[in-house]
Amino acid sequence: MLEIKDLHACINGKEILKGINLSVKTGEVHAIMGPNGSGKSTLSCVLAGHPAYEVTKGAVTLDGKDLLALSPEDRSREGLFLSFQYPVEIPGVSMVNFMRTAVNEHRKYKGLPALTASEFLKLMRQKREIVELDSKLANRSVNEGFSGGEKKRNEIFQMAMLEPKLSILDETDSGLDIDALRIVAEGVNKLKTPETSCIVITHYQRLLDYIKPDVVHVLYKGRIVKTAGPELALELEEKGYDWIKKELGE
Amino acid sequence: MKAEQQYIDLFTDCEAMICRHSAEALNAPRAKAFADFQRTGFPTRKQERYRYTDVGKYFAPDYGLNLNRLAFPANPYDVFKCDVPNMSTALYFVVNDSFCQTIHPAAPLPEGVLFGSLKEMSERYPEVIRKHYGRLADTSKDALTAFNTMFAQDGVLMYVPRNTVVERPIQLVNMLRADVSFMANRRILVILEDGAQAKLLVCDHAMDDVNFLSTQVIEVFAGAGASFDLYELEETHNSTVRFSNLYVDQQADSRVLLNGMTLHNGTTRNTTEVTLSGKGAQLSLCGMAIADKNEQIDNHTFIDHKAPGCTSNELFKYVLDDQATGAFAGKILVREGAQQTSARQTNRNLCATREAHMYTQPQLEIYADDVKCSHGATVGQLDEAALFYMQQRGISLKEARLLLMFAFVNEVIDNIQIDVLKDRLHHLVEKRFRGELNKCQGCAICK
Repeated sequence: MLEIKDLHACINGKEILKGINLSVKTGEVHAIMGPNGSGKSTLSCVLAGHPAYEVTKGAVTLDGKDLLALSPEDRSREGLFLSFQYPVEIPGVSMVNFMRTAVNEHRKYKGLPALTASEFLKLMRQKREIVELDSKLANRSVNEGFSGGEKKRNEIFQMAMLEPKLSILDETDSGLDIDALRIVAEGVNKLKTPETSCIVITHYQRLLDYIKPDVVHVLYKGRIVKTAGPELALELEEKGYDWIKKELGE
Repeated sequence: MKAEQQYIDLFTDCEAMICRHSAEALNAPRAKAFADFQRTGFPTRKQERYRYTDVGKYFAPDYGLNLNRLAFPANPYDVFKCDVPNMSTALYFVVNDSFCQTIHPAAPLPEGVLFGSLKEMSERYPEVIRKHYGRLADTSKDALTAFNTMFAQDGVLMYVPRNTVVERPIQLVNMLRADVSFMANRRILVILEDGAQAKLLVCDHAMDDVNFLSTQVIEVFAGAGASFDLYELEETHNSTVRFSNLYVDQQADSRVLLNGMTLHNGTTRNTTEVTLSGKGAQLSLCGMAIADKNEQIDNHTFIDHKAPGCTSNELFKYVLDDQATGAFAGKILVREGAQQTSARQTNRNLCATREAHMYTQPQLEIYADDVKCSHGATVGQLDEAALFYMQQRGISLKEARLLLMFAFVNEVIDNIQIDVLKDRLHHLVEKRFRGELNKCQGCAICK
C-alpha cells in the first residue's frame, strides 16, 4: 500500500529525515518508535504534505500513486489520514460544517453526489458512537475547548467519517488517561479492515497492547535503524534505546 | 480650499432653490452650517479624526446634484428586489436623497408611528422636527455634517411614540440612481420616545455604473427605556463614495444596537458617535467590513459615557484582501461621575495579502475611578495550522480559507437580532467571499 524509498526531508534547511525506507502492505499495522527528536512526527507531516517541510530526495507511493506530487487535500482524498499529535482548535467553524465539507469533498473526488443534510447527520450519529463522542461536542467549534482526551477521540471520529485506506496515528496516546486510551484504541480497532493499513507512532508499549502491530520499527536520527516483530516494542519498553545506540556503535 | 470652493459657490447661487424644495425646519440650520463649512473647509488628513481618509479628494470631481428635485421616473418597487427578502418588513425607499412616495404594499405601522419623507413630515409636524433636527449633528464639529446640513433637502423621519412597540423590522433601501456622476445628501431622523421599541434595517445600493458620492447624517434619539436596533448594510460598487455620520443619544435604561456591515463598496467613511446620557443605558456597537481590490473602509467611533451605570460593548471585524485598506479608530470617553461604567472595545482584523493594509487605533479616556474598561486590537493572517488541518481532512485550501474567513466575521453576524437577516447575511457573506457578489444581487436594473 505505502512504499517509502530513500526519503530525505528538511525544515528551514535542516535535514531531519535522512533516507527512510518503509513498506506497509495492505492490512498491516506498523508501529514506529524512537527517542525524542528522531523524526517521527516529521515523517507523518511529510507524508501528509505539510508545507513547512521540503522533500529533498526520495519517493513515496500510495497504491502506486506518487504521493509527493499530490496536494495535502488530494492525499487525504486518496485515503491518507493523519491523526494529529496536537489537533488544532478552529474557533467559529462548527464540527458539523467542517465534517460535512470534508466528507463531501471526498465524495466529489470519487465522483459521488454530496450527502443530503439528513444522510450526513445520520452518518455523524453512527460514527460518533465508535469513539463514544458526546453529541454536544459535535455541535461545537472544531476542537475548541475540548479536553486533551476529547481532542484525540475527535481525531478518531474524523477517521471513522472519512474511512481512510492508510491512517497515521501520531502519538494518539499522548495526554490520554487509561480509559480514554482504551476507547480510542478500541475505536481504531473497530475501524480496522483487511483493506486498510495503519502506522502507529508512539513512545510507549501501552498503546500497542490495544492496537497490535505486525511490524515495529525504530526511527533514530532520521533513519529506520531496526525493524522486527511486536516483541521489539516490549524489549524497548524494558531496556530503553541505549542498546540500539550501542548496536549502532554510538 | 480648492474642493470647497465649488460647493461654496453652488450653495451661494442655489440657496434659494435648495430652500424652496425643502421644508422650513430643514432650512433653519443651513446658514449656520454654511458659515461653519466656510470656516473649516473639508477636513484634511492632518486632523486626527480624518487621518485615514482624504475627504477633499473625493469631493473634488464634478458631481450632479438634484437640487431642483426632479422626480425619479420608475417605481423602485418594480425594479428592486432586496437581498434580504421575506423579512416581512415594512419596506421603504429613498432614491438618491428623496423619499419615495409611491404607494407600497407594506402593512400599516402601529398607530401613531410615523415613517416617511422628512420634508413632508416637517411640513405636517414642524414641532417634532424642530425639536430634534440638528440637535445631535453639530455642524461646527464636523465639516461633513455641516456639508450635509447645507444641502440635504429630504430624507426620512421615523417617529415611534411613547411605549409603542413596532414588532416588524422596518427596512429602508437607499438607492443611488443616475446617468452621470451624482451626489446625494440625505438625512435620517429617528425619534423613539420613552419605552418605544423598533428595529430598522438600512441598505445602501448603487444601481448604475457611474460615480456616486453620498453623504448621510442620521440622528437617533432613544428615550428612557427605549429599545432600538439599527442595521446598516452597504452593498454598492467600487465607484461609490460614502460618508455617513451617525449620532445617537441614549437616555436612561435605553438599549441600542448598532451594526454597520460593509459588504461591497468603493470608499466608505462611517462616523458613529454615541452619547450615553442617561443612567443605565446599554449600547452594543458592532461592525464588519469585507474589502478587496482597492476598496477602503474607515470606521471612526466615539462613545461618550456621560452617565453612571452604562454599558457599551464594541466589536469591529475587518477582512481585507488584495490591496484593500481598512481603518478603525475607536474612542471611549468615561467622564467624571460616570461610575460603574462597563466599556469593552474589540477590533480584530484579517489581512489576507501583503498588500492589504489595516490601521487600528483604540483610545480610552477615563476620568472616573470605579469602572470596568478594556480594549483590544489585533491584525493577523489566517491560521496556517488550521488551514493545514482542514486540508488534511480533504478540504481544499480555497475552501479552508473561506471557512476561516467566514468563521472570523460570524461573531459580528451573530449579534443580529433578526433571524431572517442573520441567515441572509451568512449567505451573502459566503457569496461575497466566493467572489460571487459583485453587485447588488437583487437589483433588476444591473442584470
